[in-house]
Amino acid sequence: MLARKITAALASAVVALSLAACGSAGDGAGGGGEPYVAIVSKGFQHQFWQAVKKGAEQEASKRGARVTFVGPATEQEVEEQLNMLTNALAKQPDALGFAALDSKAAAPLLQQAQSQDVPVIAFDSGVDSGIPVTTVATDNKAAAAEAAKHLAEELGGKGKVALVVHDQTSLSGVDRRDGFVEWMEQNAPGITVLPAQYGGGDQLESANITKSIISANPDLDGIYASNEGSAIGVIKGVQESGASGVTVVGFDSGQAQIDAIRNGQMLGAVTQNPIGMGERLVDAALKAIEGQRLPETVDTGFYWYDKSNIDDEKIQAVLYQ
Amino acid sequence: MTATKVSARESAQTGLVTVAKGRLQQLLAFASLIVISAFFSVASPYFFSYDNFTAILFSTVVIGTLAIGTTFVIIAGGIDLSIGTGMALCAVMSGVFLVDIGLPLALGVPAAILFGGLIGLVNGFNVAVLKIPPFIATLAMMLVAQGLALVLSDSAPIYFTDVAGYTDISTGNLLPGVRFPNAVLVLLGAALVAAVLLTKTVLGRYTYSIGSNEEATALSGINVRRWKIAIYAFAGLFIGLAGVMISARLGSAQPATGMGYELQAIAAVVIGGTSLSGGKGSIVGTLIGALIISVLNNGLQIMSIPQEWQNVILGCVILVAVYTDMIRKKET
Repeated sequence: MLARKITAALASAVVALSLAACGSAGDGAGGGGEPYVAIVSKGFQHQFWQAVKKGAEQEASKRGARVTFVGPATEQEVEEQLNMLTNALAKQPDALGFAALDSKAAAPLLQQAQSQDVPVIAFDSGVDSGIPVTTVATDNKAAAAEAAKHLAEELGGKGKVALVVHDQTSLSGVDRRDGFVEWMEQNAPGITVLPAQYGGGDQLESANITKSIISANPDLDGIYASNEGSAIGVIKGVQESGASGVTVVGFDSGQAQIDAIRNGQMLGAVTQNPIGMGERLVDAALKAIEGQRLPETVDTGFYWYDKSNIDDEKIQAVLYQ
Repeated sequence: MTATKVSARESAQTGLVTVAKGRLQQLLAFASLIVISAFFSVASPYFFSYDNFTAILFSTVVIGTLAIGTTFVIIAGGIDLSIGTGMALCAVMSGVFLVDIGLPLALGVPAAILFGGLIGLVNGFNVAVLKIPPFIATLAMMLVAQGLALVLSDSAPIYFTDVAGYTDISTGNLLPGVRFPNAVLVLLGAALVAAVLLTKTVLGRYTYSIGSNEEATALSGINVRRWKIAIYAFAGLFIGLAGVMISARLGSAQPATGMGYELQAIAAVVIGGTSLSGGKGSIVGTLIGALIISVLNNGLQIMSIPQEWQNVILGCVILVAVYTDMIRKKET
């Protein structure tokens, strides 16, 4: 009987280990001489981060390097990200790619990286510190202004627009809100901008917010959504409320947004270049390992895309499904 | 009257017997911890090192602290879903006390911990007096705490940059000349206090007693209502402590964090052999449960296991741990 109990209790360990074993078979455990870049991202399962991961892996295999890519489940899990950063440094990587959820919280660990002589490359949003050798990122404010410009043009410079933003605490949320609002204030005096609403980037939440905005403002002309989840939610919300004459502009890509742009539910969107971000991140890391000097920032660019140019090669290359 | 008194003593004794039986489960959980650690030590050259072990202990502090408090609630037959966002709220309160109001450390930190007790007190009142099922009462508190944390912080992190010594609570090294973060000492201290209270005091005895048979406990003349409130309020202090520990580690109170921590803490409690149906469990078990989760997270990341698989493995471990617990219960 005791034997049975022990078997049962130790089974947990066995399950973990066998799964770990089959898991590791898929991942390149090959050490050797190839440079190793550990990447700690702000997120993981979101399509955008998967595209960054893909770009990083493509570049790594092209250049004969090895990368690992981890990130917390949500962009609120600052502590979890620090644990991931600690574990990444324990593996003694040759370079570290890092997208900080909170720069100050990560400062002691970045100092540790510096003392271990591991060059740090910040990506996506800047790390507020002198340690990273460069920052590989999108200019979110300029990208949001681009969306504002296209929406204002479509509305002929007058009307009432609303914003559904994914987050009021993160730098990207704030920049994408302020970039849009500031452009409208300076360049489109005829357009009334309603106060921003926040849906956490959650599709359902953003859809509900959209519906309540529309019922509170029957004369609404346009809505701007600040990331993929918000945009999908806004499209759903407009659809469900049955409102017509509301022009939607969005951010990032993903199949749902691409479809909405093709069938006219959405005017267009600003896309970052996540695959390019991953590629340039690894490129910068490898250059840093070789001891090359890098510019302070590497702009990964953004593009406006709509029905007219969605099939262009240049656009297709940066969209993710 | 005497008859009911006897039944109270019996149920208290049942509690003590289960403590003894819990020993075996603890031992097995501990054996699992050793086996998993041994595996990672062989599998990765980076796992077995002093720095990595302190990193694992360090990463256990917040979940471990939450899990210790929740152990009381779960042994008493309840559940507390508000600990994650409650922790975020206490972190924000710590910021309000220390940064906004400017209280000295020696007042602000206890105040933040007591605020956690207040959250627990309200939970206890809702469960014991208003008779709202614990799952619902604490689910509601989870939302209230999440919202309040955002309201009180204006939805922005509160930084402790100007509060001298605050981050030392977590990242400082009290032990001279040793790289051993204070946070781990706090966790061990909290665990020791909790273990003594659970096994050696009236509070602990009634926690087991209410969890194994609430009716009998009430019939024996114990004021179950009052003790339940006390148990939730006491467990709440650990929500406050966790709030202080996470904000001291991060150097800031992050108002939007915390969601999901409650499930990890409950998982740690369950892996450690505490029964979700109440009446049995231990602090040592909970601590080991929390360590198993941290060791798995750390080891799988150090082995560069793809992240998708890490949660699959963690989920399987929880399943097996709970199943083991069921087998054990059937046999006793």
